[in-house]
Amino acid sequence: MGHGSGGRMTQELIQQVFQPHLSAPELLAGNDFAELSVASVKGKLAVSTDSHIVFPLVFPGGDIGRLSVCGTVNDVAMSGAIPLSLTAGFILEEGFSTSLLESIVISMEDAAKEAGVHIIAADTKVVEKGKADGLFINTTGIGWIPNGLLISGSEAKPGDIVLVSGTMGDHGIAVLAARGELGFETEIRSDVAPLNHMIRAILDVAPHVHVLRDPTRGGLATTLNEIACQSRICITIEEDRVPVQSAVSAACEMLGFDPLYVANEGKVIVIVPETEAVLALKAMQNNSYGQNAAIIGGVSESPASRVLLKTRIGGTRILDVLAGEMLPRIC
Amino acid sequence: MRYLDEFRDAELVKNIVGEINRIVTRPWVIMEICGGQTYSIMQNGLDQLLPSQIELVHGPGCPVCVTSLELVDKALVIASLPDVIFCSFGDMLRVPGSQGDLFSIRAKGGQIRVVYSPLDAVKIAQQNPDKQVVFFAIGFETTAPVNAMSVLQAKSMGLTNYSILVSQVMVPPAMHAILGSPSNRVQGFLAAGHVCSVMGYWEYPAIAEKYRVPITITGFEPVDLLNGVLMTVQQLEEGKHEVLNAYTRVVSKEGNVPAQRILNQVFKVCDRNWRGIGMIPKSGLCLLPEFDDYNAEVRFDVGRIQTKESEICIAGQILQGIKKPPQCPAFGVFCSPENPLGATMVSSEGACSAYYRYARNESVKA
Repeated sequence: MGHGSGGRMTQELIQQVFQPHLSAPELLAGNDFAELSVASVKGKLAVSTDSHIVFPLVFPGGDIGRLSVCGTVNDVAMSGAIPLSLTAGFILEEGFSTSLLESIVISMEDAAKEAGVHIIAADTKVVEKGKADGLFINTTGIGWIPNGLLISGSEAKPGDIVLVSGTMGDHGIAVLAARGELGFETEIRSDVAPLNHMIRAILDVAPHVHVLRDPTRGGLATTLNEIACQSRICITIEEDRVPVQSAVSAACEMLGFDPLYVANEGKVIVIVPETEAVLALKAMQNNSYGQNAAIIGGVSESPASRVLLKTRIGGTRILDVLAGEMLPRIC
Repeated sequence: MRYLDEFRDAELVKNIVGEINRIVTRPWVIMEICGGQTYSIMQNGLDQLLPSQIELVHGPGCPVCVTSLELVDKALVIASLPDVIFCSFGDMLRVPGSQGDLFSIRAKGGQIRVVYSPLDAVKIAQQNPDKQVVFFAIGFETTAPVNAMSVLQAKSMGLTNYSILVSQVMVPPAMHAILGSPSNRVQGFLAAGHVCSVMGYWEYPAIAEKYRVPITITGFEPVDLLNGVLMTVQQLEEGKHEVLNAYTRVVSKEGNVPAQRILNQVFKVCDRNWRGIGMIPKSGLCLLPEFDDYNAEVRFDVGRIQTKESEICIAGQILQGIKKPPQCPAFGVFCSPENPLGATMVSSEGACSAYYRYARNESVKA
């Protein structure tokens, strides 16, 4: 508990665990604030905040540290913004391993470097044993939106094309597997990744992108429904065209899950006018995080606020949002 | 994926649908028994591919849906006890009892765990000797052998803290109940492939003969289901009423004999109350008296339960193929998967949930 007292032990924790890795000048300055110069910013600022809780804290392909940086970087980038800086708030459960904490901080540092952002302010609190589940991390991100971009969930237009940047459901299944809940072993890794560079590459060739959104909790189906409702349009996707790793679809088959509802942490949905669709696709495919990108469907006027799925065998059905928790089936 | 993609082949589907179109001359009502089949039909949009003369009605084969309200309420009481870890298949968690569901018990601090197999619950019992571990043993003949196995395993391990709350039901008595009802509309059956994989289909010729209905043992993938429909329509058009097997890669006539043996070692046939339908004689399985120690209804004092069912919900008529979900005044209005009035709106095998998720917008059908 002493590590959260604000006294010498807190200082030690900061100096020994955080500062060797999180070393932006704003942090090392030791103030209670970070200064940001906004004079050079042309356009608008984008801000996003997200609290990260995941069990287990370390899973194949990532950990809560990488997740907490990528999640917020991606949320900022989904506005078309260039992410600049992050803040991080840590809530630690008493007795949490310092070496595990350090490895998580290192992975935050790595993810931030990869994304090209600085962690400029941070805070740590320690709560009594049993009052938290190991470690929670909140990150807030800020970025600037270059002039001329108008990207929002409400901007999808009839005639637009819908793309995804890769295979669906990897993160959710990797985390389930790491919990030992599958009852079998898999080699599925979480896709957790910062997507801001890929999004820049898309916008360079397809500047009229209407919607960017990452299909995290609730998966592709739920996220498409959010967009369909916000834009009051209909999105139709083709089951055959949605990329899903065969190991993920096999795991889902066995458990009675649908990969279209399983979380992703390194994928983006792109909705773009038809004229720029192939350019956007190529830009994604040229990026290491978008090699399996695909065109999966299109936008039409009606039925408004609905998502439809053309099934593999030629039927059409509603693709609804997930009602609450995804529950495995019986038989 | 091998063994799945072959049965989802668009070309094959087209051919079978073409053949059904070619032979059908008049309207037929066919019931698929199993909720898994209902789901696959809606999920793949198979109902839209069939000629308009073929009406598929949805059967009672959703174990979550037919588990009696009384047993759900007993589950809620047991799961609320401080020293109990209550284990269940995930589907049961949202099923409404008279007051609340297992989720609401979990939110109040009840220890509820979702398991994929009752054998996992046995493991939990072994790891928590100071807790009573109760498994909600629901299902048709498909789940009965493994549920029985869990009791045998707990016994052989000498566990004294494991018990099961049994809601096992059986398909053939339900078919009798549907076909014997004056309001029956069903002219042919797609029998539930997974149930038959355990039990075989030696019980069905007597039903086909008595009610003069064709029965086709049917699987779950699009090609399986359409093939089942085709074989049933062929018989209907020819005036036949035989039992045919369209799921030969999984089902044999005698079924899984060792599994049946385990089932009979632990369970006996009993009368069972089906939610929405009522009492069906000799339609359930109960623990034999020598396994009273593993019977949660004996172990916990849950005798005096007052149940209260929604007055609007027509789940019973839906489960018997008399009505379809959109004919219910509450469907999509007061009743949705988030706020279900009846279990058919909850389970991923329930007809109302399948309609709500996949076909509640009429324009989909256009």
